[in-house]
Amino acid sequence: MATIEFSEEQTMLMETAVDFCRKQSPIERVRAQIEQPQSVDPAVWQEMVNLGWTGITVPEQYGGLGLSLADAVPIAESMGRHLMGSPFVSTTLATQALISSGGEALRERWLPQIAAGTPASMALTEEDGNWNLTEIGSFATLQGDQLSLTAKKCFVQDAPDAGVIVVSANVDGRARLIAIAADQLPPGALTRETVIDETRRSYTLEVDALALPVAQLLEGADFAAIERAALLLLSAEMSGGLSGVLHVIIDYLTTRKQFDQYIGSYQSLKHPTVQILLSLEACRSHLYRAATCMAQGNATELEAALRMAKAQGSEAFAFAGDRAVQFHGGFGFTYECDAQLFLRRALWCQYQFGDAAYHRNLLAPLLLDD
Amino acid sequence: MSVTQAEITEFEEQADRWFAENKPANPGFILPETFMEVGTDQQFEFLRNWQQKVYENGYVGMSWPKEFGGLGMDQVFQDIATKAMAKHRVPFLPNTIGLNWAGPLILAMGSQEEKSRYIKGILSAEDIWCQGFSEPDHGSDLGSAQCKAVKDGDEYVINGSKIWTSLGSYAKYMILIARTSTDGPNKYAGLSFFLAPMQTEGIEPRPIKKLTGEYGFCQTFFNDARIPASCMIGGEGEGWKVAMATLMFERGAAGGQAGGLAMMDLSIDDVVELARRAKRNGKPAIEDPRVREELVDLITEARGNSHMAARDKVPALATDWPTAISMSGKLRSSELKRRMCQFALSLQGANGARYVSSDAVDGGLWQRSYLNAFSGTIGGGTSQIQHNIIGERVLGLPKG
Ligand SMILES: Cc1cc2nc3c(=O)[nH]c(=O)nc-3n(C[C@H](O)[C@H](O)[C@H](O)COP(=O)(O)OP(=O)(O)OC[C@H]3O[C@@H](n4cnc5c(N)ncnc54)[C@H](O)[C@@H]3O)c2cc1C
Repeated sequence: MATIEFSEEQTMLMETAVDFCRKQSPIERVRAQIEQPQSVDPAVWQEMVNLGWTGITVPEQYGGLGLSLADAVPIAESMGRHLMGSPFVSTTLATQALISSGGEALRERWLPQIAAGTPASMALTEEDGNWNLTEIGSFATLQGDQLSLTAKKCFVQDAPDAGVIVVSANVDGRARLIAIAADQLPPGALTRETVIDETRRSYTLEVDALALPVAQLLEGADFAAIERAALLLLSAEMSGGLSGVLHVIIDYLTTRKQFDQYIGSYQSLKHPTVQILLSLEACRSHLYRAATCMAQGNATELEAALRMAKAQGSEAFAFAGDRAVQFHGGFGFTYECDAQLFLRRALWCQYQFGDAAYHRNLLAPLLLDD
Repeated sequence: MSVTQAEITEFEEQADRWFAENKPANPGFILPETFMEVGTDQQFEFLRNWQQKVYENGYVGMSWPKEFGGLGMDQVFQDIATKAMAKHRVPFLPNTIGLNWAGPLILAMGSQEEKSRYIKGILSAEDIWCQGFSEPDHGSDLGSAQCKAVKDGDEYVINGSKIWTSLGSYAKYMILIARTSTDGPNKYAGLSFFLAPMQTEGIEPRPIKKLTGEYGFCQTFFNDARIPASCMIGGEGEGWKVAMATLMFERGAAGGQAGGLAMMDLSIDDVVELARRAKRNGKPAIEDPRVREELVDLITEARGNSHMAARDKVPALATDWPTAISMSGKLRSSELKRRMCQFALSLQGANGARYVSSDAVDGGLWQRSYLNAFSGTIGGGTSQIQHNIIGERVLGLPKG
């Protein structure tokens, strides 16, 4: 029987995160932050650093808390609940890349800085939007102890704030990872992208024959570990987002009247809202089952659990966002209505790291063929 | 009462062994899938004997009080036994209404005397129970029930009819709601709740044929039927309150059930296995990309349901709507089962159109299961009504 474990430590982390995000990210602040250059107010980021969140999965020897990625789930979920933008997810992903593939020198160089609060980022996706992390066009050639990198990477989160960006590129015909320090990027390498979720700060990173010391090439290239981390954290954000948007829907259904009745009394609104609730319960359950598998090192089940969480969550959150707009009538069509914030977030999450159809395709052999 | 891990492990092994060794052989006739479909005497006797054997060997009613026929043990043991039943796919226990609703209700609200009279017979299947709630004109709107109970001395005289009475022809007792008054402040106020003896002059259950062509439930007619006034549970006019408490047991939200399997379980694994064998256009169905996508979807949903049960045990992960999982169990599982069976037909090519017969895939089990699956989505409150209840009670949306 598959169980779900949630430790005392995780419970405490969750209580802190729920409280923090509620206070730091009320919806007016989310909207105000959209106008700002960064995804999060630097003072709020500093508080997150003080709580130890940037070092949550960084091993203790590098100044982190040394917890499992499963412990980052309640944090990402709470941030998702309040649409809080920040480099937390991309920093945690880059951390995972360095831990799983980095090699001692790169870990020592970057992990202590990350734990101390320097954001980090990942540059994986390219212009063609392919979700397969190892099918890439960017490349680096080796000349002596130098690498020459030619790359065009998209959806690089919070890139100008990152101290280090882990970039994927083909080296000798194999997909590898390279850690680039912020000060190595030539001027103009980063351009801001226009993306559907306005709480994000997304950049294209483009370099042409950028010379880098070969020591910056990560020893390993565990793309599967990076994908697992991304699926877990994105699912957590979606689970939080689903409960956030459900609150938005319920608030309107219980206050808006038409034909002398609260609109929530009409079944064509009530029943889909119940479906959204049940899809949230399913999403959260898949998420915490995946987190449990990850914490227990249950590799046999982990991949399927994560792909299920991402597939189910993507579809559920996008449906909830879509209905949230519709259920607000004309107001739902406005920028002022919060429904759009959640719908845009849902679409962002759906199309990052594989949508529902993509993961179902990959699930089929895992679940059906033996 | 603290239970050690050693005791748990030992009992797990014991239950596993007992059900492996005592699983009844195939009776040679088709069995019903739930208590709502017991249609022949042969089926009924087979299932009753099975429940009796399970009870005599101590695998049902384990957590119910000893003095009334239970074993007074911790609930964990019953859960283990119930799981072993599911694992070994043994037949279900037919006295479902007694074990899961009437029994818990009597234990919660009944007098000492009522508990002594009824509980043991519920567990042993000696006394079968049925439920007289729905009426021909009032089903979802149970509160408007019209079947009358008029007090006459120390008896009530019942007139009217109840319908869709599962197990009606075999039952010794019925949990009955009837109208004792019409001039209360609202429709609910005039209802009262009875533990009515079925072998009473003037009570006549008449079998109704189901959509599968088999029998399975009854219309129960009441013609000046006199039952003792002492059969009332709760006071006069408190029937709605008692009925709601019963429905909470029925929907699985209240706990306290005697345990045991209530239905034959068809799982998604059975559908996957069918997809390997069945052919669509000359090829195993499992090779069809659309079939694969739908199977993945169904497996995801089935696992989601079982993960929900697991998550519900972690209080820290209760969401902003902590009753959502427990209140939606029946809705989620019955709708999933209906979809699974419906989908199973599509795996069979033209043979999807067959029905119970030797030429049909698996003897027509899937077709029959699909038709029977509506018992779950209609009986016990329809899926639409479940949406209303969850919307109103869990999410706090206004009533329509
Ligand atoms: C196999 C089976 C076994 C059963 N066993 C028993 C039993 O042992 N004892 C017993 O008392 N009853 C039993 N029932 C009856 C069952 O509880 C009722 O059939 C059910 O509550 C629906 O009532 P109804 O049949 O009158 O349908 P109706 O209430 O007439 O419903 C017709 C349709 O309208 C919809 N509807 C009705 N009201 C609303 C609303 N407010 N909002 C949205 N949609 C609505 C329903 O969902 C349904 O689709 C059984 C039913 C079945 C199928």
